[in-house]
Amino acid sequence: MKSFVFPEFQIIRDEAKCGQCRGCERQCAFGTHRYDEAQDRLISDDYKCVGCQRCVIFCPKDAIVVKPTQSFYRPNASWSREKLEDLKRQAETGGVILTGCGNDKPFRIYWDHIVLNASQVTNPSIDPLREPMELRTFLGSKPDFMGVEVENGDVEIETKLSPNLMVETPILFSAMSYGAISYNAFRALATAACKSGTYFNTGEGGLPREMREEFGRCAIVQVASGRFGIDAEYLNCAAAVEIKVGQGAKPGIGGHLPGEKVSAEVAATRMIPVGTDAISPAPHHDIYSIEDLSMLIYALKEATNYEKPISVKIAAVHNFAAIASGIVRAGADIIAIDGLRGGTGAAPKAIRDNVGIPIELAISSLDRRLRDEGIRNRASIIAAGGIRCSADVIKAIALGADAVYIGSAALIAMGCTLCQKCYTGKCNWGICTQDPRLAGRLNTEIAATRLSNLIHAWSHEISEMLGGMGINALESLRGNHDHLRGIGLYEWELDVLGIKGAGE
Amino acid sequence: MTKAYPAEARSRGQKRVQGRVCSGTAEIDAAGLETRELNDHLRDLMLAGTEKAVLKDVCGQRYIGTRLYSPEHRKMEIEIFGTPGNDLGAFLFGHKIRVHGNAQDGVGNTMDDGEIVIEGRAGDVTGFSMRGGKIFVRENVGYRTALHMKEYNEKRPVMVIGGTSQDFLGEYMAGGIVILLGLHGKPHKGNFIGNGMHGGVIYLRGSVDKTQVGGQVDISPPDEADREIIERYVSEFIERFPEIGLDKEQILNSDFVRLSPRSKRPYGKLYAY
Repeated sequence: MKSFVFPEFQIIRDEAKCGQCRGCERQCAFGTHRYDEAQDRLISDDYKCVGCQRCVIFCPKDAIVVKPTQSFYRPNASWSREKLEDLKRQAETGGVILTGCGNDKPFRIYWDHIVLNASQVTNPSIDPLREPMELRTFLGSKPDFMGVEVENGDVEIETKLSPNLMVETPILFSAMSYGAISYNAFRALATAACKSGTYFNTGEGGLPREMREEFGRCAIVQVASGRFGIDAEYLNCAAAVEIKVGQGAKPGIGGHLPGEKVSAEVAATRMIPVGTDAISPAPHHDIYSIEDLSMLIYALKEATNYEKPISVKIAAVHNFAAIASGIVRAGADIIAIDGLRGGTGAAPKAIRDNVGIPIELAISSLDRRLRDEGIRNRASIIAAGGIRCSADVIKAIALGADAVYIGSAALIAMGCTLCQKCYTGKCNWGICTQDPRLAGRLNTEIAATRLSNLIHAWSHEISEMLGGMGINALESLRGNHDHLRGIGLYEWELDVLGIKGAGE
Repeated sequence: MTKAYPAEARSRGQKRVQGRVCSGTAEIDAAGLETRELNDHLRDLMLAGTEKAVLKDVCGQRYIGTRLYSPEHRKMEIEIFGTPGNDLGAFLFGHKIRVHGNAQDGVGNTMDDGEIVIEGRAGDVTGFSMRGGKIFVRENVGYRTALHMKEYNEKRPVMVIGGTSQDFLGEYMAGGIVILLGLHGKPHKGNFIGNGMHGGVIYLRGSVDKTQVGGQVDISPPDEADREIIERYVSEFIERFPEIGLDKEQILNSDFVRLSPRSKRPYGKLYAY
């Protein structure tokens, strides 16, 4: 059937600069560029281009420009180009529109409507380059009451403490499974996490055996509805275990890792046959209630001898704060909430773009709910979904999060350009693919360095902003809404965020 | 000296119940023990090298066998008198469990290896996401049995049920072998069998109507290779439950049907790329 969708991108090649090296042809897994011998020139097929910019960056002569196509449908505020084209594609295939990465729709980004405080004259600001600044954070359940014994000047904690994760900076890598991302990308995240004193999250694709000894100590291993790659050793080699209930990009639905991505190595890690669809059902079929969730939380505590904190990850949806309260009461040590803009390797676009609530509002509601109920100490909050820079991190913490997960930001650090074609398995950047030729493009060491540079840079910026507020420990900013003010927000939004308007 | 803590903060997790240890076998009186206490004790026994633990008067304690991971892969046998609680043998790491009685929900949840034998019935989600080892249940099982069971190479979980199951047997099943023997005079009435099934195989002794199985499932007569598999596991079943007084031939000389998935890519054509 002739497709009525025109190309999204336009490739402009400067023939004067092009040296016919055919680099672009090799770089593009989508087959956009082709060398034509008869004409002795490279020909590009705009229809195949996904706009990932790989060829542009790797062209030694800077001869290529890829830009949004100039062709347009008659402008129509209701029928945007995207709506029109998705509809055409569905008319042509009868399929669900699939996409990758996070929600790209213009929902209000509250980070950009919140400003931070700084000290002036009184409570002088602190220079983190000269004075100690505490970003270290402990994630896990804290006791209701701390009993101490003092004997001959020695203080001993009498209360039995729950296991906690110690992070040097409140930034962890979000769950991205081996299978969704390449081995090199997965290993780069693990390497950077260990180097930076933080944690990576295995997602639900298991943890390759050869990585367990070296990287287990900085791994949060996931148990999701598909229960892939889970055995007692996987659970016990890790620093913490996370039950994945939901994901911001696709709340309420499961996931399918397409058979094409289930290579021999992915199959071995997930413990499923090569080439089968790895299906994560929408719910955990042993969890139909908070009591059932509690049963799994304690099953995991039992399986890990009560030595690891257990996290529960849910998507931020309308009544999630009440659910989260139940999750804390069910025994979770950490709650990870993933907002509307959380990323994914593959999700139906209808779900990604329409389900869930923004993380900024969610953090505040959750923190308030748990405080109101007097159980905030029982679990830490990790916020995820749409954290783009150090300022977002610090605002998240001031709104009430203990730490954040970064997913898209980490991928961008490794080279991702958010082209949203993760689900095709043809990632030219070697990140979201199982094709050995493409995956080999991502050098683990270099990618790990880029990631730890990012963590280092953000941590320093956080210290600077903290110091500017006259605060020397992140702990003092947690849930401290007085350091935030809103700009351009409605009353209800300020209420949900629990902040005043700027100037108030 | 200052002491300021609630009394229970100290005692938590410190209570231990002594078991009698003799020639590698220990006995625990589980009456009145909390789940965690019982499992603390079982773990201590495993670490002490006990080969077999006999648990008496078990009543609802959960996760029996779950806390028995050791990096050295120690193995232990556990015999249970009474009724164990939910998630019996969850994440089981190669141990053997025998229950002289019924079991509740979640038997062998995500178990990795080992064997669980139930001399009675088992509840819902029996063998959920099981990825290795064997489960034998003498009587019936509840809803969603063998849900998302999966296999990889030589790791092929096996479940043999003496009776029948309720709805959603083998839902999302991705691997492994399930055999329902229907020995207790009741036909297989479960519906939605093999919904979303994309791997593994289910054998039913007796018959099943096509309205009872999911759309992704083929019903066919077992071939020679299937017969061998059925025979092997029926023999193992009989060995474990001599009290039912049936011999292998009596069971094998009846009609079996084989349920298998039509595709290992059930969602291959769902999307517009």
